[in-house]
Amino acid sequence: MIPLSYYLVLSGILFVCGVLGFLIKRNIITIFMSIELMLNGVNLSFVAFAAQWHSLSGQVFVFFVMVVAAAEAAVGLAIIIAVYRTRETLNVDQVNLLKL
Amino acid sequence: MFHLILFLFFGAICVAGAVNLLVQSHPINSALSLVVVMASLAGEYLLLGGEFVAAIQVIVYAGAIMVLFLITIMLLNAGKEERTKGSRVAILIGVPGVLIGGVLVTWTLLTRPNAQTVPIGALKGDSGSIARLLFHDFLLPFEVTSVLILIAIMGAVVLASRPEAVARGPRKDGR
Repeated sequence: MIPLSYYLVLSGILFVCGVLGFLIKRNIITIFMSIELMLNGVNLSFVAFAAQWHSLSGQVFVFFVMVVAAAEAAVGLAIIIAVYRTRETLNVDQVNLLKL
Repeated sequence: MFHLILFLFFGAICVAGAVNLLVQSHPINSALSLVVVMASLAGEYLLLGGEFVAAIQVIVYAGAIMVLFLITIMLLNAGKEERTKGSRVAILIGVPGVLIGGVLVTWTLLTRPNAQTVPIGALKGDSGSIARLLFHDFLLPFEVTSVLILIAIMGAVVLASRPEAVARGPRKDGR
């Protein structure tokens, strides 16, 4: 028997690590990976609450989050490739114009 | 007791991978530590009874999405990241704020008197029950996500192709 709060604390730690990576990292790909880390932290709390309330809807929502994350990864990485092709850099501080 | 040991084991691997993602300066190392985080999260899902979710966590997240990341890193030949002035401002202001928020959330969760326990194995999240939910109650969102995936594929192809290739259109000679 594991308390629900343990799972929520682990999920919070993962989310905080994701936010920290988003703030600290300057490489655009690593920033993108931090967003995936935040999504994973939220997924863990979804599954924990699904087990708590004996409802499988939480796990179905994790499925939908994964689908959206896959679509987001495909489009985001394509945007990164387009940015790199025009700027020749992956540093977000040097990408300061909105137009390509 | 056994479940608590398993939870702590997978949780420790998970947190270690997440911290390693922050510490490493090369994107390839960050991506591989993210794979570690996702694989150990699949173990946590198994502890919570989500068999189907654990399977697609490994297949879709640790498999498909991370391969996409690794291919992009190798395609762009990304090296070590360099430090600039903007990152120092983010560290000075953002990091204390985020840490204070995380500590507050953790303290609130741990001091709740009605913190209940999760009975392991009480919920059967096998693919049969998930499919029954997915194709009855969530049928419309499920179909909408297929359209979303299709749009994402087309957007990725248009964005990643060279601009002159898009402007030129299909070749006339059929090659």
